[in-house]
Amino acid sequence: MPIVSVQDVKKTYASGFEALKGVSLDIEEGEILALLGPNGAGKTTLISSICGITRPSSGRILVGGHDVVSDYRNARRLIGLVPQELNLEPFAPVGPAVAFSRGLFGMRRDPDKVEQVLRQLSLWEKRKSRMRELSGGMKRRVLIAKALAHEPRVLFLDEPTAGVDVELRRDMWNVVAELKKQGVTIILTTHYIEEAEAIADRIGVINGGRILLVEDKASLMARMGRKNLSVHLREPVAAVPASLGDYGLELCNGGRTLIYSYDTKSDGTGITRLLSDLQEAGLSMRDLETRQSSLEDIFVDLVKEQA
Amino acid sequence: MSPTAIWTMYLFEMSRFFRSLVQSLISPVISTSLYFVVFGAAIGRNIDEMDGIPYGAFIVPGLVMLSVMTQSVSNGSFGIYFPKFMGTIYEQLSAPVSFLEIVIAYAGAAATKALLIGSIILLTSTFFVELDIRHPLMAAAFLLLTCISFSLLGFIIGIWAENFEQLQLVPLLVITPLVFLGGSFYSVSLLPGIWHTISLFNPVVYLVSGFRWAFFGTAEVPVGLSLLAIGAFTALCLLVIWRIFQTGWRIRQ
Repeated sequence: MPIVSVQDVKKTYASGFEALKGVSLDIEEGEILALLGPNGAGKTTLISSICGITRPSSGRILVGGHDVVSDYRNARRLIGLVPQELNLEPFAPVGPAVAFSRGLFGMRRDPDKVEQVLRQLSLWEKRKSRMRELSGGMKRRVLIAKALAHEPRVLFLDEPTAGVDVELRRDMWNVVAELKKQGVTIILTTHYIEEAEAIADRIGVINGGRILLVEDKASLMARMGRKNLSVHLREPVAAVPASLGDYGLELCNGGRTLIYSYDTKSDGTGITRLLSDLQEAGLSMRDLETRQSSLEDIFVDLVKEQA
Repeated sequence: MSPTAIWTMYLFEMSRFFRSLVQSLISPVISTSLYFVVFGAAIGRNIDEMDGIPYGAFIVPGLVMLSVMTQSVSNGSFGIYFPKFMGTIYEQLSAPVSFLEIVIAYAGAAATKALLIGSIILLTSTFFVELDIRHPLMAAAFLLLTCISFSLLGFIIGIWAENFEQLQLVPLLVITPLVFLGGSFYSVSLLPGIWHTISLFNPVVYLVSGFRWAFFGTAEVPVGLSLLAIGAFTALCLLVIWRIFQTGWRIRQ
């Protein structure tokens, strides 16, 4: 049974804006799912609908088998939410704020557990600081600590590294990896493709209120990825020889490199033929190099296709 | 129903109050003392008695009510408006708690603060006048009910308000006039014909009258009617809040 099951969820706001146009999505226990999408794609609305902040107009959402509307208490107990905005009460101290989140979820006071969470997020030294004294990155950590204080089984991270510097982003990824080890299911939204590439098991692409695809990261990249073959020449050429006109080669590096782009999905990549044609044209090769196109390219292609 | 969650929210709200304890308490005490100096000592010296009660003592229940009502409304509205404004309300909305638990915690905390301030003002007044409360239990009941019902009203205002101006608007335009025209400083029976009749539509009149009765044993309206009025007002607030929760109005889109 999936830990989160979203079934044909639609959401139209009072303004008439249709944020979700029938989203279905199953999330397996223990996985890290990255939801990729441009701004306004419906990522936050989807998360808000699962967590109880917005009410879906239609459809059904189950968390741990509990309906998030009719059985919201049991459903929400399983969920931790880290919102996108740094929503914290400026005058509240860190420690009590984290303990508050635990109590809010109906759990017994447990200073040891709170300490453990604070230490895990390197916040223990800051436990007496007030929120307004913290940097943006620290505030983000506090939000995560608050979400973890009630020991959720599913953690939603809405744009966890938006506006966070590179070092802290790596830290955050480590925290996520650590949580995965503990068996926490993690759903994160992001528009940093490299983030999804770095930490997710599966990737969902959402745009215009629809899920365009959900797929295993590796297979997605293998299936949809384009590769570039760079041929480094011994002697520079002034132009691509006419006999190689069909390959759509790109000449760069002052005529020393030819770039051939091919689709790994197709039956014949054309590499063998290209190499022999290169030889026939009298070009001598110094080196060959291939590069897998990134998720970013895949993503841009997908979103473009849909538009 | 989660008692732990209610208690957690309640304590967190109260901790805000205790963080600024001095400000929270000193300003009502100073303003009440000023009322006593102006109305009691300066003007009151030229007023013999009101309804057979020395004027200085007569205004005590009204003053306490004035503070308790305004404090309840402002604490109640700010308490829930602030998380909305800061965006921290996402936590309550995504927690396994119902609206009922949120109301109990927030209105409860607002009522507690108002009750504390009301008690301190009552205590302060004993430095200025001699007080002998005839029906202490009834006085406590009136005070408590007023704190609770006006905190509920404040909660509604806090949910309704979309900016700080609106948050101030209702207390300024509605509560303050009602309280000042509600006989806090005078007996409404002194008002000429039509104004007296109009006053009887002011719910605050019944609260002040009932509270004053608990102090001195004399009332402008029957005490039963006072109890009925505050009961009806509390019920009305609860009804509105119940509707807000049903529809998620201004809270859950």
